[in-house]
Amino acid sequence: MAKTIEEINEKIRKGKAVVLTAEEIIDYASEKGVKRAAQEVDVVTTGTFGPMCSSGAYFNVGHTKPRIKLGGGKSYLNDVPVYTGLAAVDFFLGATAMPEDDPRNKIFPGKFAYGGAYVIEELVAGKDVRLTATAYGTDCYPKKALETYISLKDMNEAVLLNIRNAYQNYNVAVNLSEKVIYTYMGVLQPKMGNATYCSAGQLSPLLNDPLYKTIGIGTRIFLGGGVGYVVGNGTQHNPGVKRTEAGVPKAPSGTLCVTGDLKMMSPKWLRGTSYTGYGVTLTVGIGVPIPILNEEILRFTAVRDEEILAQVVDYSDSYPQGIPGSIGEVNYKQLKSGRIMVEGKEIPTSGLSSYLKARGIARILKEWIETGKFFLTQPVELLPSIDSGIAIKPLKERPIKKTA
Amino acid sequence: MGERWIMQKKRIVLSYPPHLVDQPVISKLVKDYDLGVNIMRARITPKEQGRLVLELTGKRAGMEAGLKYLSEIGVEVQSLAQDVKWHEDRCTHCTACISVCPTKALDVQRTSMEVSFKRDKCIACELCIPVCPYQAMEILF
Repeated sequence: MAKTIEEINEKIRKGKAVVLTAEEIIDYASEKGVKRAAQEVDVVTTGTFGPMCSSGAYFNVGHTKPRIKLGGGKSYLNDVPVYTGLAAVDFFLGATAMPEDDPRNKIFPGKFAYGGAYVIEELVAGKDVRLTATAYGTDCYPKKALETYISLKDMNEAVLLNIRNAYQNYNVAVNLSEKVIYTYMGVLQPKMGNATYCSAGQLSPLLNDPLYKTIGIGTRIFLGGGVGYVVGNGTQHNPGVKRTEAGVPKAPSGTLCVTGDLKMMSPKWLRGTSYTGYGVTLTVGIGVPIPILNEEILRFTAVRDEEILAQVVDYSDSYPQGIPGSIGEVNYKQLKSGRIMVEGKEIPTSGLSSYLKARGIARILKEWIETGKFFLTQPVELLPSIDSGIAIKPLKERPIKKTA
Repeated sequence: MGERWIMQKKRIVLSYPPHLVDQPVISKLVKDYDLGVNIMRARITPKEQGRLVLELTGKRAGMEAGLKYLSEIGVEVQSLAQDVKWHEDRCTHCTACISVCPTKALDVQRTSMEVSFKRDKCIACELCIPVCPYQAMEILF
C-alpha cells in the first residue's frame, strides 16, 4: 500500500508517525521483511557531517548613516574578503576565502588556520566579527570607509547557501608516490601508507535515495543544526555514473544545493576546518528525511555499508592530472573496519566525514519528526536522475589568441 | 621487598635549567640508577632552558631514586600526559588521525565510531597535528 506525503504529515501531526534512522531501518527491514516494514515505517532519517568547500553564506548587514555602497568596493569579515559584486549592503562569504596576508602554502606545507568557514562558525556561535570596508562613494552612497563590529543578530538576513553538498558517494584517496602529499582528502602517506574516505555510507542522504525518487527542489532538511531546504541539484551533479544492480552509484554521483537561515543554526553542526597544505573548508551537518512512500523506497533506505562500493584513486598522479581510473574497489564496511586491501597491500583507513556525528544528525531529525516539530515537504521537482542524460564535463581549454 | 624490583616504564618531560645543560645527567640515570633511557624528543641549547621527553624503564627502586636525583639537582619532572592535549570539544570523530597514530593512543571504537585518546600510549610524535582538520590535538612542547 502506497502512502502520500500528506498522509505521513497527518501522522506526524497526531504524534503517530513511525520514524527510524537509516541505520535502524537495516535490521528492521531484515527482521520484518520489506513489505511489512514499508507499511509500518513512515520516515527514514539520514545524516552526514563532512567537509564541503562549496559552502558559503550571504548577508544583508543593513544601511549605515550616511549610507555606504559596499557593492563594487572591498569588504572583509575578520580580514577575510567577501564578494561584494551585489547591491549596496549585500555580500557573499565563501568558506574557502582566506585573509589576503595569509601565507597560504608559502610556508610549507601550509596551515590554512583561518578563513571564511571559521567566520561562519564564529557568527553562528553568536560572536562579534569585524566588518571593514572601503567604497568609492557616490551621490546617494557618500560614505567611503567602514569599520565596525557586527554579529548575526545585527544583520537583516544571514543565509547559508551551499552550492554543492552531500555528495552521493566519494573516492577513496591513496598516494602511490614516494613522498607525503597534502590534499583535500587529508595528508596521504607515500606508497599507499594510508587511505582516506569521505562519506557516511549507509547513513548518507543520497545513498538512501539513490535514484532521487523523493528528494528534490523544496525538500525540507536538517541543515547546520537548523532547518533548511534543498534548492536543487548541486554543482557537478552526475547521475550517469556506473551503479550496482540496486541503483547505488559506485563513484561520486549526485549532489545537493542547500540553503537555510544561518540565525537558526549551531556551531556544533557548522565547523571551520583546515586541511594542512590544501586550504580552509566548512564541515556541514545535513540530514534529509526519506518518506517511505512504497516498498521500493524502503528497499533503498535499507542499504548497507557492504553494498556501497567506492573507487580507490591515486591522488599523487591520476587525480591531479585528471586521468580517469581506479586502482581498486572497496565497500564502506571494509573502509570503516580500519583496513582495506588494494593491489594485495593492506592499508589503514581514515574517514574525513564523521559517522558518529552523522548518526547524531539522523537521531535529532528523527526526534524532531516524532515530536511534531518537523514536517515533510512534497518536492516541486525531483533531482535529475539517470534518464536526464546529464554528465559532468571537464573544461576544454581554448587558448585565447593574442591580438597585436 | 619484591615490589621494589618490579620493572616500570614512565614517560616524562624534563625541564633543564641552563646551568645543567652541559652536565652528563642522562648518563648518570643509566649508570647509577640502572635505568633504560629512550629519548623521544629533545630541545637543548647552550645557555637556555632545555626540554627532554624520555621514556624510562627500570626497577621501581632505581626509578624512584633516579627521579629523586633529578629533582635534587634542579631538573623539573612532569608526566608527558600533561603536555599533550586532546580537545574533545573540537574533535568531530572523523577518524582522520587514526591511520597515522603509531601507538593507537588515538583510537576508534568501531561500532560506535567514537574516537578516544589514551594519554599513557602517546609518545608525542606530533604526526596527528597536521592531520587533524579541526585542531583537536595540541602538544605544548
